[in-house]
Amino acid sequence: MVKGTNMSTHSVTASSPGTEANRHTAGGSVGSLSDVAQEIERHLPDKLMDPIMETSLLNIYYGDFHAVHDVNLAFGRNEITALIGPSGCGKSTVLRSLNRMNDLVPGARVEGAVNYQGQNIYARGVDPIAVRTHVGMVFQKPNPFPKSIYDNVAYGPRVTGMKVDDMDDLVEGALRGAALWDEVKDKLKQSAYGLSGGQQQRLCIARTIATKPNVILMDEPCSALDPIATARVEDLMLQLTQDYTIVIVTHNMQQAARVSDRTAFFTARPDETTGNRTGLLVEYNLTKQLFSQPSDQRTEDYISGRFG
Amino acid sequence: MAAYAETAAKTVLATAGRDRDRSVKSLVFLGLLWFSLFFGVLVLVALIVSTALEGAPRFDSDLITRYSSTLSPERTGFRAGILGSLMVILATAAMAVPIGIAAALHLEEFANKERWYNKFIEVNLQNLAAVPSVVYGLLAVAFVTLMGIHQRGLVISGAVALSLLILPVIIITTREAVRAVPREIRDGSMALGATRWQTTWKQTLPSAVPGIATGTILGLSRAIGEAAPLLIIGTATAIRFDPNGLMSQFTALPLEIYSTTSQSREDFRVAAAAAIIVLLVMILALNGLAIFIRNKFQRSW
Amino acid sequence: MTTTTTTPAGPPSPAGLRGDPVDLSGRSRPGEAVIRGVLFAAALVSVLTTVGIVIALLRPAVEFFRDVPVWEFLGGTRWAPNDSGNPDFGVWPLVSATLVITVVALVVAIPLGLGAAMYLSEYASPEMRRRLKPIVELLAGVPSVVYGFFALTFVTPNLLQKVLHIDVGFTNALAAGLVLGVMIIPTIASLSEDALFAVPLSLRQGSFAMGANRMQTTLRVVLPAAMSGVAAAVILGLSRAVGETMIVALAAGSRPHLSLDPREGMQAMTGYIASTAGGENPVGSTSYNTLFAVGLLLFVITLIINVISIALVRRYRQEY
Repeated sequence: MVKGTNMSTHSVTASSPGTEANRHTAGGSVGSLSDVAQEIERHLPDKLMDPIMETSLLNIYYGDFHAVHDVNLAFGRNEITALIGPSGCGKSTVLRSLNRMNDLVPGARVEGAVNYQGQNIYARGVDPIAVRTHVGMVFQKPNPFPKSIYDNVAYGPRVTGMKVDDMDDLVEGALRGAALWDEVKDKLKQSAYGLSGGQQQRLCIARTIATKPNVILMDEPCSALDPIATARVEDLMLQLTQDYTIVIVTHNMQQAARVSDRTAFFTARPDETTGNRTGLLVEYNLTKQLFSQPSDQRTEDYISGRFG
Repeated sequence: MAAYAETAAKTVLATAGRDRDRSVKSLVFLGLLWFSLFFGVLVLVALIVSTALEGAPRFDSDLITRYSSTLSPERTGFRAGILGSLMVILATAAMAVPIGIAAALHLEEFANKERWYNKFIEVNLQNLAAVPSVVYGLLAVAFVTLMGIHQRGLVISGAVALSLLILPVIIITTREAVRAVPREIRDGSMALGATRWQTTWKQTLPSAVPGIATGTILGLSRAIGEAAPLLIIGTATAIRFDPNGLMSQFTALPLEIYSTTSQSREDFRVAAAAAIIVLLVMILALNGLAIFIRNKFQRSW
Repeated sequence: MTTTTTTPAGPPSPAGLRGDPVDLSGRSRPGEAVIRGVLFAAALVSVLTTVGIVIALLRPAVEFFRDVPVWEFLGGTRWAPNDSGNPDFGVWPLVSATLVITVVALVVAIPLGLGAAMYLSEYASPEMRRRLKPIVELLAGVPSVVYGFFALTFVTPNLLQKVLHIDVGFTNALAAGLVLGVMIIPTIASLSEDALFAVPLSLRQGSFAMGANRMQTTLRVVLPAAMSGVAAAVILGLSRAVGETMIVALAAGSRPHLSLDPREGMQAMTGYIASTAGGENPVGSTSYNTLFAVGLLLFVITLIINVISIALVRRYRQEY
């Protein structure tokens, strides 16, 4: 058992050194959705030895409000990590701290460290904008810009001053990577607002991978979508693990079980004096294990529907 | 979302318990409310009709093509005032619009609202919006004197006074337009590695342009009807030439209306009434333009 | 402490060898800083405006008070700055005229503005509210010189003299005040409508549940609950009335005298400024400086009124 895990660990992570090279042809190599079947049996190391990102003693405050308490989490390369838990447990807050989007919230304050490839992104001298080009984000509600499909995808590379030989190629590659190319290739100059919700969300994913990040954060990316569109985005996420690390916040436990390799369960604890609810990490484990043998009573209550 | 639920709940309430509202007292009260709502329309109709009737004999081309004349009041015209108003408004827009938009962007997109100086700017702005317009005239006099301009009644002085007067209006409406652009758009842009200014310049501002244009035009339509600050800066009322630049002397239509009204001869009174209709048409045209822009380009998110 | 991060042992992954040092230091963006500076400077213009107003008014006013003692200015009851034989600088006639005209204006504007606000907030459907609001705002779009003309040529001769048979002169405070009241209706209506609308729905529901009808709910529950906002609206209307110039300059008269009878012609503070600024007083003379002394008094009065109004608006925003 242990041996077997080792072997497959090797096979998954061995592709990692190539990831850097893959990034330069971002998404271009991804095949059709049916190839995804191979991903169903993924074998993972129990312990993450070389996480691409990790948080240590992460505490997040909004003004006086202590939103998240002492979170230690590690995210494996080319894995999908799901953050689940009841509303107000701080999972979205944690997610937004991973690419410093929390900086945009007035009064937000972060203590502890978030290490990306061994560097604390909250260290002095780190530029949040540089962080965001490494760690991209897809939001809950599809939020395409009021521009053409093409300009939506080209926006990131343009504003970050990325050196691009052929923008058309890059846009095509990103749209292929997001499994959207075939649907939009004839209307690239049309407004992104003409797309369906599911297409808009995949456009937002394409827009994110166009800037060639290593990590993609997804904040409940399917909560505004119908089941069919959700299934397509989930398939896409599995494909994307070939080139990217994904961290997803979801309310939907089935979704976490379907797509993620590891799951972190959060809950909220009310403060005795103020009554404010502070989020904290209860349990973090391989998804299979967390759902089949939760080691904490609160996790079990939540996943069996007794709470939350 | 919450606001929507609130409105929806109100609609339900509006249809509930109707019969209790049928008592005589309630109906009288409702009638009074209707009266207050439409009183303004009544006054407006009376104002326009009585003015139009009085000015009717002077709806001729002399009214807008001739200069003012004390010798032949029946043929006096408002050419200098109309051109002067247009020129001073253009200069006002050129000064107030960029400053107003920049200030609004600072307050809405860049300012840390916790800082005392930003709070101070906010309160100060609210106060400025209610400062009497004559005071802006007095300020403009001091300002242009400081700039070394001692001649009175120049286009530049008028434009300074009117710019400062409508700056709060432009800032407030621009902020509203900017605020209406959803946060998601900004977040999306920032998450792709855009800077704050790139996000503002490429996403927020373009989306807010219709709202800003509407608010700005409404501000300018207020400025074009202002007479008091122009009176203070010493704008002449009897000008018989076209204004030809910022340093030119000028007169403005509302000022000519004021001075013509103050004359006792009947012919002047008639001319003033006709000129008022011209002024109202100019203001109506500006408002129409604002409404057109809003309906045509405004995006509902 | 309650965190149980499960980390079973496992062999090191070969991926540990990877990971080029990442540069997160970013580029320096001098343009961004310059733009921020420019935007901040633009916002500062509003502060400089206030400072400018204070300096512009204070300097000539101080000179004026060197010639005329403050107590004589604030306490005197005869205003005759151009009476070369016996000049007097008692500002009370101007202040009383402003007061009389403002009171008349508020008598018109408070009930009508509040009535319109109550209808829009409590009776109109959202759709009607959206359509009717601009109609009320129309009144604010008419230039004040036009209102002045209307007061002078229509309200006084037709409404006051012919219809109501009130014995008024060609210029009088009554006509000016009535028309001024109409002009500030939108200010009062719009702000108090915001305040009424902000009253939580639960208060109304409670009242309806007790069997009150819409009128009782509006007058006894919503209006008292929105009182500070409504007060702010009225006070802002007051500020506009005090500062309005062209209506009083045209319709109220240009003879300063101390009287509280609205049927008489009288000169208000703004009326004096308007009539004197256009004149030929030599810069620096005492009669020229009176302009700024009166302007300063006007500014201080409206400033106090505005600050009260802003504070009241804050209070009702905090309440809900």
